[in-house]
Amino acid sequence: MDNETKRAIIMENYTHPLNRKTIDDASYVKVNTRNVSCIDNINLYIKFNEKRIVDMAFDGEACAISISATSVMLNNLIGKTKEEALEYIHNFYHMTEGESYNEELLKDGNAYSDIYKQGNRKTCATLPFRGLEKAILESEK
Amino acid sequence: MNREDFPLLKQDIIYLDSSATSLKPQWVIDKMNDYYSNYSANAHRGDYDLSFKVDQEYEGAREIVQKFLNASSLEEIVFTSGPTEALNLIARGFFEQLLEANDEVLITTSEHASNVLPWFRLANKLGIKVNYIPLDSNYYVTLDNVKKAVTEKTKVISLAGITNVIGDKRPIKEITEFAHAHNIFVVVDGAQMVPHMEVDVQDLDIDFLAFSGHKICGPTGIGVLYGKKELLEHLEPFSLGGGMNESFDNPNEIYLKPLPTRLEAGTQNIAGVLGLGEAIKYIESIGYEKITKHVHNLRHYLIEKLLPLKYIDIINLESDSGIVAFNVANIFSQDIAYYLNKYNICVRAGEHCAKILKNSVGVTNTVRVSLYFYNTYEEIDNLVELLSDYDKIVKEMF
Repeated sequence: MDNETKRAIIMENYTHPLNRKTIDDASYVKVNTRNVSCIDNINLYIKFNEKRIVDMAFDGEACAISISATSVMLNNLIGKTKEEALEYIHNFYHMTEGESYNEELLKDGNAYSDIYKQGNRKTCATLPFRGLEKAILESEK
Repeated sequence: MNREDFPLLKQDIIYLDSSATSLKPQWVIDKMNDYYSNYSANAHRGDYDLSFKVDQEYEGAREIVQKFLNASSLEEIVFTSGPTEALNLIARGFFEQLLEANDEVLITTSEHASNVLPWFRLANKLGIKVNYIPLDSNYYVTLDNVKKAVTEKTKVISLAGITNVIGDKRPIKEITEFAHAHNIFVVVDGAQMVPHMEVDVQDLDIDFLAFSGHKICGPTGIGVLYGKKELLEHLEPFSLGGGMNESFDNPNEIYLKPLPTRLEAGTQNIAGVLGLGEAIKYIESIGYEKITKHVHNLRHYLIEKLLPLKYIDIINLESDSGIVAFNVANIFSQDIAYYLNKYNICVRAGEHCAKILKNSVGVTNTVRVSLYFYNTYEEIDNLVELLSDYDKIVKEMF
């Protein structure tokens, strides 16, 4: 993916993020996810059925990288099974560590493939994924 | 000014985060290196020459602090790890013994966490009330608002001398005068005040003051608790151990050393104390008059340059320190900080540890530029040039 495309994906998802809204519905799980070292602060609202992520939304305040990555995550993982979502999340982590990963699987998530070079923004990109991962693991308990 | 004293400034860096921590001059670094290299014995212990030199230097630093604050005696100067520890010690060691349920402590919404949470703890533990002095439209504290907030139950007013987001100076002398006439104690968080103005604790009639070494060009991990002697005498140490006791045989026979040693248990941060003493000597060698004037002029220059940029919202047009807090329309503060970092400019984004201020200002996060005497007009020009091109910011914010 070339830099211009990456930039366009991040910008589009930052300025027009998917499902940025507060959900007040008991069928959704609310997970707050934030970074210790910065001020990103996002609430995820996730509706699971037994196997799948039926719906997601988010609200909160965060930087362009965190907000856009949240939107990209929602775009890619709504409707997926928990297992598929975890696979996506782990590949995303590998990418942000500069390790080998399944490029095809991540689709527009590849927009963050250079993040591993910027230590201080890695946590911004992975923020929503850590929140979702936690919620999935909790839902399986 | 004095840029040549700061080794870090030899790098291509524009440092605009001095309210978080100031840069360290070679004076301070040399002082600490000298201790570690040439006489790193313990204080108050040995009978040999090296240890004696440490004692002299350590107590010499205390004398420097005493004169710096114009405290009436050396016993009133206690070294702590920083103002956070000092404020906790004041709340726990002194006021926890004194306050009762429904007594009131007055703070403001722009206090740093370390001047909020120790009081919240007492609220939970003793049932005291923590109330807020209202801020005026510039987020300043006025004596009138203090008078309005005080009730018969008010026992303590605890305030920053200068705050860390707005940078406003509080009328401490007027407040202590009014407070003492009503039997109210005044605690001053001096973390942002001491680097920017001369503080005479007797003239201001402050009961307790806390300040930090690393914000006045000293090392991290060292700070000062000042307290009036008659009050410190009643402050219960929360650390017990070596160095602070005279003798002990059983729980009923524990004899503690006199002030201030009683409040400095264990081996202290000796290099930190010496570094702090040197930092104060350094600041005094420049003089507050020059520091204040330069910082004020720089700040004014920055404000004048930012005002024409309509997409920049300056939170604190008025301020008495080197702080300018602002936001750029539709861009998260942290993205601004990342953008500036690409050009080696260090600024801070966030709530700046004043988490309840957002209720007053209505803005959660800001970009904070904080200036000190080593900053220059050219640095401000560089900053403003980068902020003058909105499209460039958007293009380069990630």
